[in-house]
Amino acid sequence: MVRETPVLTASGLTRIHGRGCLDCVRLTGDAQGRNICPSCGSVVALADVSFELWPGEILGVMGESGSGKSSVVKMLHLDDQMTAGSAIFRESDGRSHELAQVDEVEIRRLRDTRFGMVHQNPHLGLNFGVSAGGNIAERLLCGGERRFAVIRETALGLLDRTEVPRGRIDHQPGQFSGGMQQRLQIARALAPRPELLFLDEVTTGLDLSVQARILDLILEIQRELGVAMIVVTHDLGVVRLLASRTIVLRHGRVVEAGLTDQILEDPQHAYTQQLVMSAL
Amino acid sequence: MTPTSDVPQTNPGTQFGFLDDFAVREIRRGLLKALAIPGYQVPYASREMPIARGFGTGGMQITLAIATPEDRLKVIDQGADDSVNAVSLRRFIAASCPALLTVTRTPEATIIQTRHRVPERPLVAGQIMVYQVPYPDPLQIVEPSEAKRRASHAHGDYARLWVKLYEDVVRFREVAISNRYPARVAGRYVIDPSPIPRWDLPKLHRSPVPHLFGAGREKKLYAVPPFTNVVPLAFDDVPFEVERFRDVAGKRNRCQRCGADDTFLDEIPLTGQASRWQCNDQDRCSENLGYSDGA
Repeated sequence: MVRETPVLTASGLTRIHGRGCLDCVRLTGDAQGRNICPSCGSVVALADVSFELWPGEILGVMGESGSGKSSVVKMLHLDDQMTAGSAIFRESDGRSHELAQVDEVEIRRLRDTRFGMVHQNPHLGLNFGVSAGGNIAERLLCGGERRFAVIRETALGLLDRTEVPRGRIDHQPGQFSGGMQQRLQIARALAPRPELLFLDEVTTGLDLSVQARILDLILEIQRELGVAMIVVTHDLGVVRLLASRTIVLRHGRVVEAGLTDQILEDPQHAYTQQLVMSAL
Repeated sequence: MTPTSDVPQTNPGTQFGFLDDFAVREIRRGLLKALAIPGYQVPYASREMPIARGFGTGGMQITLAIATPEDRLKVIDQGADDSVNAVSLRRFIAASCPALLTVTRTPEATIIQTRHRVPERPLVAGQIMVYQVPYPDPLQIVEPSEAKRRASHAHGDYARLWVKLYEDVVRFREVAISNRYPARVAGRYVIDPSPIPRWDLPKLHRSPVPHLFGAGREKKLYAVPPFTNVVPLAFDDVPFEVERFRDVAGKRNRCQRCGADDTFLDEIPLTGQASRWQCNDQDRCSENLGYSDGA
């Protein structure tokens, strides 16, 4: 089904840590080469970031450490509140939500049933005190599923899907390898059939063959489930493989946005040029 | 407005029920709120009592706050009226509540203060159950932070408790919670029903009497009003079960004193021979035997 509206419309996302002043945005950014306001000392993590995400699309968010990549995801996943701006999330049933204004109950519902989050560090995304199956079950239980057999079957199905051996469903995630922990995180994120998946540096720190399998998995999921994703990474290879469109952040500003191929083949901004050069 | 403005001042040392009038008023208000919001944990200022916190001060404060000279009080600990704790609590309450009668027979009591058990004999309207609660919050086993637990209760988010049940079913094929089994009250808040065995939990469901819970150390009051749904957390396809008391052959053990096979039993291990099984509810057992004094 093709929808004519974006899943997500972000406009003017801004996040300032600190008390902030009237000059914060003017005195920081790419042109100024800093994200700390010289006037009041506040950190401008993001300013005026806008983009759209369409159904089934993977959007890459690229940038160096401290560029504001993760802040984008934190605000959209409602882990952090935006200072200014708007983000409209549209569910497939037609309801739309202004993420800057949703209340706590709605935040919980969106996180539990509509969003999925995969962190770079599995310790943030998994509960290491319960089994792999328990981790997936938690998401299903949040969604109100109360049949044990169904939970068990769904969990096994998701483990198959993410290539975690079935026999390990009752093992603790601490006994898993790094790559398997990451796949378990993806299985957990997918459990409630989310409409929007956030992937924050999911392959960082894994060896190349494991990275390749995870990236394959993400592409398969996108093809089969058609879930829209935002992929945050500093790795050019990851955006090249996954994302059809990419935005490049620096000092909390979007310095380049467009088709991934275009950005990688013909970078316009000095920073992106440097990034593409250094990758070779 | 000062809080003293409309509270009658009685001569300390002569007041009924040990607690001062402020405390009585506060606890009664707390109980009304607890009854109005079934299962919600109402914070209150637990008073210093002449016994240590954790020894039943929560239940004792409720009893002292609601008792009148016309009441008849029964105090049980592990189903027994004559265990040390039950005797001490009963003596203290009797000493500070002149004219209040103490009884051991369930049908005669108007207030039943308990730890660990609900009497086997069905309760009737006019009685009040008072529980001494060590841990009021069912989420304590999965979440150490009280602030986060309160948020979870507010959002009705009990997923982590359910995960505990899931893990139990995976590991033991049943939920391995023997007492303090979490139950949802009136379709909303999940409570810790204090350390009563699973056996007693169905007795709270649509019970004709109010069940008042007091946690003295944790400073919380909560309640199950009469005729309120109390549903144990359980998966649709893994039903909640009470203790079965079967022997190895699968036969239900009987009380070896009164012969009952419909009560919660204690197993008394004996050296060199089979264990002895006996009713845990002492009054019920004696009632089955027709009471030794012939009454």
